[in-house]
Amino acid sequence: MSGPFIKGSIRRRLLLSLLAGAAVLTVIVYLVMQSVARQVAEESQDNVLTASALSILDSARSAGGLVHVDLPYAALSMLDSVTDERVFYAIRLGEEFLSGYADLPAAEGSRPTAPAFRSTTFLGEEVRIATVRRSVSTDLGQKWLTVSVAQTLAGKKRTLARFNRTSLGIGAGFFLVSVLLSAVISRSATQPLHRLTASVSRRGPTDLRPVAAPVPSEMAPLVSSLNSLMARLRTSLSRSEDFIAEAAHRVRTPLAIVRTKAEVALRRSGDDATRAALREMIHAIDDSSRTAGQLLDHAMVTFRLDTLLREKIDLAQLTRDSIKRLHPLSDMKEIDIAAGRMDSVTVQGDAILLQNALQNVFDNAVKYTPNGARVTVDVSATARGARIDIRDTGPGFPATEMARITERFQRGENAEGVVGSGLGLTIVREVVEAHGGQMTLSNNPGGGACVTLQFPQS
Amino acid sequence: MRHPAISPVLTIAFAVCATWIAGTLHAFEIEDHARFGDPGAAREIRIISTADITFFEPMIAAFLSANPEVTVDYTVASSTELSGAVTNAANQFDVVISSAMDLQTKLANDGRAMRHQSDVTEMLPDWAVWNDMLFAFTQEPATIILSKTALGALPVPQSRHDLINLLRQHPDRFRGKVGTYDIRQSGLGYLFATQDTRASETYWRLTEVMGRLGARLYCCSSEMIDAVKSGELLIAYNVLGSYAANRSDRDEFAIVLPTDFTTVMLRTAMIPENAPAPDLAAAFVDHLLQMAHGPQARPLTHTDINLTQLGTALNRIRIGPGLLVFLDQLKRRAFLAEWENAIEQN
Repeated sequence: MSGPFIKGSIRRRLLLSLLAGAAVLTVIVYLVMQSVARQVAEESQDNVLTASALSILDSARSAGGLVHVDLPYAALSMLDSVTDERVFYAIRLGEEFLSGYADLPAAEGSRPTAPAFRSTTFLGEEVRIATVRRSVSTDLGQKWLTVSVAQTLAGKKRTLARFNRTSLGIGAGFFLVSVLLSAVISRSATQPLHRLTASVSRRGPTDLRPVAAPVPSEMAPLVSSLNSLMARLRTSLSRSEDFIAEAAHRVRTPLAIVRTKAEVALRRSGDDATRAALREMIHAIDDSSRTAGQLLDHAMVTFRLDTLLREKIDLAQLTRDSIKRLHPLSDMKEIDIAAGRMDSVTVQGDAILLQNALQNVFDNAVKYTPNGARVTVDVSATARGARIDIRDTGPGFPATEMARITERFQRGENAEGVVGSGLGLTIVREVVEAHGGQMTLSNNPGGGACVTLQFPQS
Repeated sequence: MRHPAISPVLTIAFAVCATWIAGTLHAFEIEDHARFGDPGAAREIRIISTADITFFEPMIAAFLSANPEVTVDYTVASSTELSGAVTNAANQFDVVISSAMDLQTKLANDGRAMRHQSDVTEMLPDWAVWNDMLFAFTQEPATIILSKTALGALPVPQSRHDLINLLRQHPDRFRGKVGTYDIRQSGLGYLFATQDTRASETYWRLTEVMGRLGARLYCCSSEMIDAVKSGELLIAYNVLGSYAANRSDRDEFAIVLPTDFTTVMLRTAMIPENAPAPDLAAAFVDHLLQMAHGPQARPLTHTDINLTQLGTALNRIRIGPGLLVFLDQLKRRAFLAEWENAIEQN
């Protein structure tokens, strides 16, 4: 049987979608953390710079129309307390530069009294500048005293680098947990599918009952379709079985009438050509009625298999009975059919079916062996149950067709000229397998066919 | 009235051979100059320093024995001249060594220094390195130098408080016999004075007392030590202890590390951003630091000066932008005015 055309996998798709989602989330979390960290670091740097600038501004005294600025030591040393930083400052009164670094630009804010900040490059390094202003009175009236303090970014960068490592760790951890969760989720999400698959594949070949196990709502349409498909299949199967049985039944009676008429005509006819034709006719009618009989048997077997009986059967007794029933036929061909080893062993099953199976095997043995041959039947108890071996001294199975021969309507190459439908071994196999057993075809080392039926312990 | 102490300008002319080298160096006053090592060596390292040649020679000799293929060109200049020389980009030096921590800090802060990181700088204590630009390789305390002979039976003062009491109790004995830095002239004196005021108000009281006694003002530590030795001074305040301890005649005067607090200056080295041979400069700085901080560190100053005994009194000047505060023109003007007020009372 060829496998289904597979394109993609729900589980993989689910897993990939979850992972993609997790990756996107991880990146977003990482970026958000970065941006928050940057803001916090910048804010704290701005606060320190503002404090420094304000402490300088506060030290300014206006005396006698002149402005004195007494730069506090801490104003600059506080900017260097945690990490080594380069620090710049500029003090201006109006447009006039008073002290510090004349080139240091001031940050311009929206309101003159609120601290203003800017980032720029000064003397070859990135700096953050805070500027504060205060109005002071001078000889020339009110003027803005402006203090700008700038600091390099070593501490901020170090904080950010540390935070970066932390957030990378958190991101990686988050992603790892997401991967594990995704694996678990995708597995559990496809679990019902696996359960359904398992329950369907566990079924026997003829089990067409609807699926009754509970399934998730998403799978309900699938299961409904499956159930309805199986119901239709069952209906269709039983209809065709019924049709075949009906047809065989209806064909058998007319065939019997035609056979009787043909025999009467044969007895009456004196013309050799006519007699030969009539004999061929009878042979063909036999063939047809046998096929019809086996079709009926098969229909019966199929029906009984649906509701297999489980009664204790003495296999040896059953075998003896079957041999006895065969005697008229075997005697006709002068075939000696003999019960060999007869262990007393019981199996559970349907006696009618088993008898039918045995009869089919014997029938075959009688049919395909030449006159005067010998058929031996052994019933033996084995470690795992029971087995029946039917050996003949006929031509044996053609080696190349051993596998094919048990299929429906398949006959061996050596079957030409023998009345048969090709259903016999099919019935045997179905019955044995329905009982949990196995049918094996082989050839005897000394020639002749061997059919082995194995049954499990009851 | 201010005492006619030796004029600072004269002092420089007297103490060192003031040389002007035109052409190679751009307009700054050189106090001394020397070359070490094989004169035909392929490579040269140019050092500008405030330290006397004799003070620094062992360091250079050790470097040369490890790097024989190098010549060391050593220029001595005052801290202000040195700072000006390094600021002028036309002058090219590989290593700048100065005792003026504030000026060195300003140079580095202004972006004149190259960052340097190595295994050696990694092991430095935090106080000895700033921004990977400035590296401290000595710790030199500001001390009180007293004449042993002239003090007689009087107890040797161990703190500024003791010193103030001593001066107050014997004003006649010490009148005109106490000396300290003229902080208007000496960068190091200014640094010590400003750091003293940060640590305690005692400095102002002491300065006023010294001012009332007609304190004599000097440009340099060695001048003060000489003055104490000659009997011109009985007490000199804020003398660089390393200079005093390294002299062969150090037994002739007492060196006191004040127990209230001892200001400790760090001599620092930096590599200018325009250094012609930065690799040699880095090697030299590492060598310097290894000798100062490494496992086989040889103290540059005499073992008499044991800073570890100071404990909490150790007031090590912190390298950093705080030092820029007293370089501020407004701040400096105000500080000098206050100081002049205190020291010039007669």
